[in-house]
Amino acid sequence: MLMQIIRKFNLLILTLFVLSVLSFALVYLFPGDPIVNLTGLKHSSPENHQYLIELHGFDRSYVYQYWLYLNNLLEGQWGLSFSSGNPLWMEISQTLPASMELSAYALLLSLLIGVPLGFLAGFQHYKLSDYSLLAASVIGYSTPVFWLSLIMILVFSLQLGWFPLSGRISLLFDIPHQTGFMFIDILLSDFEFKNAAVNSALQHLILPTLSLTIVTASIIFRITRRSVIDVMASQYILTAYTRGLSGWQVVFRHGVRNALLPIIPLFGMQFAVLLTNAMIVEVIFSWPGIGNWLIQAIFQRDYPAIRAGMLAVSTMVIILTVCTDLLAKLINPALTGERRAQI
Amino acid sequence: MHPKTPNRLFRFTLAVLLALSISGCFDGTTATSSVTGVIYCSEGNPTSFNPQLDTSGTTSDASSHQIYDRLLNFDPQSGKIVPALASSWLISQDGLTYTFQLRRGVKFHNTDYFTPTRTFNADDVIFSIDRWRLDSHPYHYVSGGNYPYFTSIGLIDLISNVKRINGYRVEITLARPDSSFLANLATDFAVILSAEYAQKLILSNQQERIDNYPIGTGPFRFKEYKKDHYIRYSKHEDYWQHKNAPNKLIFDITTTSSLRLAKLMTGECDAIAFPAHSELDTIRERPDLTLDGRPGLNVGFWAFNTSKYPFDNPKVRRALAMAIDKNTLLEAVYYGSAVSAKSLLPESSWAYQSDVSETNYNPVMARKLLRESGIDEGFTMNIWAMPVERAYNPNARKMAELMQNYLNQVGIQVNIVSYEWTTFREKLKEGQHDSVLIGWSADNGDPDNFYRPLLTCSAIESGTNRAMWCSEEYDSLINQALRYSEIAQRIEYYKLANKLIAEQLPLVPLAHAYRYRAHRRELNGLVINPFGAIRFGDVEKQ
Repeated sequence: MLMQIIRKFNLLILTLFVLSVLSFALVYLFPGDPIVNLTGLKHSSPENHQYLIELHGFDRSYVYQYWLYLNNLLEGQWGLSFSSGNPLWMEISQTLPASMELSAYALLLSLLIGVPLGFLAGFQHYKLSDYSLLAASVIGYSTPVFWLSLIMILVFSLQLGWFPLSGRISLLFDIPHQTGFMFIDILLSDFEFKNAAVNSALQHLILPTLSLTIVTASIIFRITRRSVIDVMASQYILTAYTRGLSGWQVVFRHGVRNALLPIIPLFGMQFAVLLTNAMIVEVIFSWPGIGNWLIQAIFQRDYPAIRAGMLAVSTMVIILTVCTDLLAKLINPALTGERRAQI
Repeated sequence: MHPKTPNRLFRFTLAVLLALSISGCFDGTTATSSVTGVIYCSEGNPTSFNPQLDTSGTTSDASSHQIYDRLLNFDPQSGKIVPALASSWLISQDGLTYTFQLRRGVKFHNTDYFTPTRTFNADDVIFSIDRWRLDSHPYHYVSGGNYPYFTSIGLIDLISNVKRINGYRVEITLARPDSSFLANLATDFAVILSAEYAQKLILSNQQERIDNYPIGTGPFRFKEYKKDHYIRYSKHEDYWQHKNAPNKLIFDITTTSSLRLAKLMTGECDAIAFPAHSELDTIRERPDLTLDGRPGLNVGFWAFNTSKYPFDNPKVRRALAMAIDKNTLLEAVYYGSAVSAKSLLPESSWAYQSDVSETNYNPVMARKLLRESGIDEGFTMNIWAMPVERAYNPNARKMAELMQNYLNQVGIQVNIVSYEWTTFREKLKEGQHDSVLIGWSADNGDPDNFYRPLLTCSAIESGTNRAMWCSEEYDSLINQALRYSEIAQRIEYYKLANKLIAEQLPLVPLAHAYRYRAHRRELNGLVINPFGAIRFGDVEKQ
């Protein structure tokens, strides 16, 4: 097991190294002056410019520059945004939690919906309920998330007027930024209308979460169903039946665990897909997360922001993937890494 | 063979899911009723919070009437000049000396970054005017040192002295009589800043904060600005005029007009800026929304960069003007909410002239003139299209695409260029364009406010003369017009100026648009101000 952890850790370090090299290369690959792309300081005086070049080692070898770059990265010195002039570290630490929050709720909800329904369909294999759930999941899975979001807005916001269509919380609530997770921030704040604020935040959360959940839950449902069907058709289940165990006993003693174990790492892999979808949903719902922020940065050709945003998002996805892999290994040491998602 | 499956499990799970989905539905209304405030969906980011530094309507909207006051105001209904921070004024016989009596007991904002120790007095007036008037003033070059409005109308040279007579009396002396002087003091740009705050910032060496963390006497205090997201203001409890401003004012920065309208429908915004002209009917149809419209003092035009070849040739400019069909552009872009422009002035101005000579759509003639001027088939030029909507041009990009097609027919290739609004204006000022689709909204009812900023030589420097056109003859006409206070005499000079513009065509006037604003029915007191920026101080929400 220790070897496993060490191997994973090595993989993580190596991937992060490649990523940081890539993002450093972007400083040179983006148009314009590399030192400007690195620091985000656009109009500095010639003396200041020279000072920056020396400070970041741009008058020395690439290796030394990269070394300084890495040091700055680890210290949270990511440069400044072209468009707002704020430190990127600050901007990303304010937007990333919003995306995490959205993705986490959507994942949780998808698991709550997808896994039980997957079991249901698996047990009801080749029956009407299975087919209807399967058909629903095909629709959910193949609907483009941006289109779904727009339809949601059209129906629930504009026609019915039930939910707002933009932001995380009504702007009338001035909740100070502390952790970046809205509900925790509301609880920590000394705001007098906490209930109203929570209510408002919930209303803003529902549509984007649902848009994400429908797609993700469909995928999780299909993975679960497949796994349950495989398990229920296996020899040991038949054996259990012939030993005279009731349906319930078979399912709970043998079915559930054996069906869930192989698919837990696949759920982890969904997180990357989920985050990608979340970034799209953010743009449509004006959710102040990293996706929306990155799109704005791309529109405004804010090179330092694009570089840092890319690095932050990919780092997070990699760390999460490695963590779920490890977790899956801990639960089920027999797992080999060769299993691919069957959808 | 398939084992019997637990049907009860299926039913149970279904019941749980149903219960979950039902409990998930709750009343989605009035979550915000315990917190009162007004949310305005604005169209872009202000460049700062000091309208002295910028002529952009976005900046004025976000600061001028929210945070600050002026010595004088325009009454939005009648257009008359009314007292504001100056309670009365006297003009000397020769028209050169203006004495202002100032209001007492007017309090500045008390915020977490500044606590005033005194009320408004003559020092604040002198500081605010001298800042843009004198190169030697310690604040003149803070935040760039450009005061485009005052530069473009020549106010800097007009005022020869500003003198303190006592704490509540200020005397301003002019170099020559100018009948538009008071009107200029009532514009969005002539705001009064706090001299005490400026002094405090000098001590901590943070001068540029004066424009980004503003202190004024207006109905709202500045609280927080997050670029591309929102601006927050809170009520100024000690506002001198009244106590009934909303508790909170929020500008929700939403650059897409369809999204602004959607937010208005869902009630996330109480009022929106610049509803798209294609959506006006949608707003009119809804009982919960109100659409206000009035003819605006504005003009949308197509300006040529006359400092560049071949646009320095009036013949080429005339040919290009003939190549486009104004009426089609008007129908396609304004949806019938604008009238075709003959000159710079809209019909509601007293100096409007109905018999100005116009160019007509004539592609054959255009082609002929182009060939005569040595412009061959396949010549490439660019049209810069504003990235933002304005009343005078709600969709510059679409207009540019239509013009691209027209110019193609006379053998000219067109590239359409656009940048983010602030960058766009910076690059225009540098004269990087061949031609640009832009316009002008007046800041006061005086015709000088069109003629001077748009085409005089001094306005090239301040960046409002987009045609980069400088004509001594024109400048002298515009200057002479101001020497007279009789309207009939002034009109004669403006007629001559119109004639000159029609001959030289530094720009092609396209349209005068109605100004529209949409808001929810429960919002009262939001009037369209024909003389500039939006005012939220008198608004109330039922």
